[in-house]
Amino acid sequence: MVKKWIERSYSGLIFVFLYAPILVLIIFSFNESRTRGNWGGFTLHWYADLFRDRQILSAFYYTLSIGVISAVVSTIVGTFAAVGIYNMRYLGQKTILNLNYLPVLNPDIVTGVALMTLFIFFNFRLGFLTLLLAHITFCIPYVILAVLPKLRQLDKNLAEAAMDLGAKPFYAFRKVVLPEITPGIITGALIAFTLSIDDFVISFFTTGSGVTNISITVFSMARRGVNPMINALSTIMFTTVLLLLLWINYRTNKEKEEDEDEKELQMYNVLGTAGDTLSDDDRV
Amino acid sequence: MFLVLLGILFPMMTGCSDQETLYVYNWGDYIDESVLRDFEEEFDVRIVYETYATNEDMIVKIRSGGSRYDVAIPSDYMIERMINEELLREINMDRITNYHYVKEDLKNLDFDPDNRFSVPYMWGTVGILYNTTMVDDVVDSWEILWDETYEGDILMMDSQRDSIGITLLKLGYSLNSRDEDELEEAKQELIRQKPLVLAYVVDEGKDMMVAEEAALAVVWSGDAVIMMEENEDLEYVIPKEGSNLWFDNMVIPTTSENPELAEEFINFMTRPEIAQRNAEYIGYSTPNLGAMELLDDEITGNPAAYPPDEMLENLEVFQDPGDFLSVYDRIWTEVKAH
Amino acid sequence: MKSRMAYPYIVWLSMFIVLPLLLILYYGLTAVDGSFTLDNFQRFIDPIYLRVLWRSVELALLSTAICLVLGYPMAMIIAKTEIKRRNLMVLLFILPMWMNFLLRTYAWMTLLGRNGVINNILGWAGLPELNLLYNASAVVLGMVYNFLPFMVLPIYTVLSKMDQSYIEAAKDLGANNRKVFWKVIFPLSLPGVISGVTMVFMPAVSTFVIPRLLGGGQLMLIGNLVEQQFSYVGDWNFGSAISIVMMLFILISMALMTRFDKEQQGGVGLW
Repeated sequence: MVKKWIERSYSGLIFVFLYAPILVLIIFSFNESRTRGNWGGFTLHWYADLFRDRQILSAFYYTLSIGVISAVVSTIVGTFAAVGIYNMRYLGQKTILNLNYLPVLNPDIVTGVALMTLFIFFNFRLGFLTLLLAHITFCIPYVILAVLPKLRQLDKNLAEAAMDLGAKPFYAFRKVVLPEITPGIITGALIAFTLSIDDFVISFFTTGSGVTNISITVFSMARRGVNPMINALSTIMFTTVLLLLLWINYRTNKEKEEDEDEKELQMYNVLGTAGDTLSDDDRV
Repeated sequence: MFLVLLGILFPMMTGCSDQETLYVYNWGDYIDESVLRDFEEEFDVRIVYETYATNEDMIVKIRSGGSRYDVAIPSDYMIERMINEELLREINMDRITNYHYVKEDLKNLDFDPDNRFSVPYMWGTVGILYNTTMVDDVVDSWEILWDETYEGDILMMDSQRDSIGITLLKLGYSLNSRDEDELEEAKQELIRQKPLVLAYVVDEGKDMMVAEEAALAVVWSGDAVIMMEENEDLEYVIPKEGSNLWFDNMVIPTTSENPELAEEFINFMTRPEIAQRNAEYIGYSTPNLGAMELLDDEITGNPAAYPPDEMLENLEVFQDPGDFLSVYDRIWTEVKAH
Repeated sequence: MKSRMAYPYIVWLSMFIVLPLLLILYYGLTAVDGSFTLDNFQRFIDPIYLRVLWRSVELALLSTAICLVLGYPMAMIIAKTEIKRRNLMVLLFILPMWMNFLLRTYAWMTLLGRNGVINNILGWAGLPELNLLYNASAVVLGMVYNFLPFMVLPIYTVLSKMDQSYIEAAKDLGANNRKVFWKVIFPLSLPGVISGVTMVFMPAVSTFVIPRLLGGGQLMLIGNLVEQQFSYVGDWNFGSAISIVMMLFILISMALMTRFDKEQQGGVGLW
């Protein structure tokens, strides 16, 4: 029982650590004063200003769309790439992997400037497409990094066994490999999305034609002082996502419980007293 | 059915693309956005607005030519650099009918003699902001930032030119000095000062001073005005050795595809009412006399925002150091890495 | 056969990663006028710059280590949570990262400042004021804060579907919990650990906003130096040379670190 308590307090502390700045951020979205140096009184006018600000709203739209699209594309390409790389021979594997890391270890400005130069060389007009391509480029390595460990963990024999039993390679992949690496894929997608919505430097140099994202908008305010409208936007985003998460979690668990209840009921009927053993096993 | 739909949509779409578009590139949060809406309405155009964080980032984008901008708002030394690199289009001053509203002594400066390429937008000075409850001495010289009594209570600007510049001024040299010995001296001074400095800041300095985390800071006049509003104990002074006079002017890059509209925009921004609205929103000083008349006396009477003309003589504008930048950079790296 | 799955990415990679890399190499090896030169690299071989590089690596290593020590238990805790709440926990863990980075860093400054929240609380409790901001510790804190989820998530994914039979077998053979952890669980989770370390260490070396804000601009790290060259000075040649040196340095450090893992179990491998 002590162990449980230690675990709880530890996670509690970590979560406090993660969320303390968020709380501060939210509180300051209601601050009348423009600076974070003092509290000027409670106000909602930053929220009102936010909804009238076309620039920020358009930046928000682009941030989300680029975020979602690059997360999806990089996850798909990255997952296939990870599987492919895993199955490559040593030398090829090493080379590809090392090249793969470059966007991760290069300072953002180097990646950003290099990509910008590349796009201009090929006569691309900087805008939504170039921004998207840049984001996908720096997201894929992270997806690969997330999926590869899962592949390593995989029992190679499983896929072979499936094929021995007559499954075609792609079917074996779909039904055997994919479910096992799914946690890695989801992690990869989450990380890709996170990186995309928070990127400034690479985005700044690879976008144009009025396409901008929240990070660019915020960092551009660095000289003047970040307008609390951004705090308001962040607060709204945060609360929306949080509520969404809690609601989805509640719904899926309700469904799961209902499903489980159904199954249990059936089991009780079929096995009678065996129901006792089952409820013990529920504690995974 | 489909053809009917197409027939309805098509004129709508061409209607959209018929509208002229103006691409404006500016600092973040550096304009009253309702002004953009008014321009769009009056001239029946669409404005596409992008922002940048520093002059240097901006010039990389403009130089690359990958994206088009009709109007940009760089600072003084950057305008000089852009002129030298032939990145700017000459402005047809006949079309800037509101130009006469701009204060005389804010025109024809070294970075753009005769104002052929730029029209002033905002301006200001650099000075020392101090907390009267935390500083007993008289503040009138840059020396006080080297005073050991204030160890750990000093905020310097995290900007090479500004910090090296004021050190040069303190030593009695020019802000734009290219003399190796003078710069070496400045470097030594900055290294000597480092233990006394709490932090090298940019924007965060505002919060710090208002929250009274430091006693003295080097700030821009515009920010000083904002900070003084939030905390009554703060005072702003331009040291006697002189200081920096800075400008952000409107320019038209050569890559602009609609220079006439750009000139209309610049002229629009130079209208007294428009300049006044911008000045009120941003809180910095406007070079527009017409706007100054429309502003509250309280604002225009504030010497921090609108110093008397005699003061301006003691102030220098930054010049583009050109190749000399690497020397500045080396000095700065040595100071920071110390 | 399956390796063909990687081909689309290889095409992508050659366009968007290799070409830019060649570009950087080109810049690093040429002078402003385009002539071949090793000057840029020579310039870097200077105590001042080398010290900057060393400091950055030091801080990055420290942050990575702290992330690992703090993150591994967290990953274990999440992996042990009942399925019902697990996904929620993962998402809650990453949610703060969706708030703008600059805002979160500013929020830390409000928390850590002299007259900040933490010091105010300490004051009420009668405890002495702490100097939490504008020093190396603040930078490390900022880095850990920013990169912790990147350490926790990969480790968690590996732990979540760990083959229980290994653990049970070890226990059956009489191993106590400690042995089970170090001899069975940790080695099996190594692939995830190495991914985590990679995702934290590499960006940590090249970060520049955190040292600038939380370090009060007092620490010049290699990320700041590179950014300065590209942005402020406009010397892409020198900037590229520094990046190349940094790249090599990091790749070598990573290779050394993954020597732990001889059997290529981790195999997200370098060299």
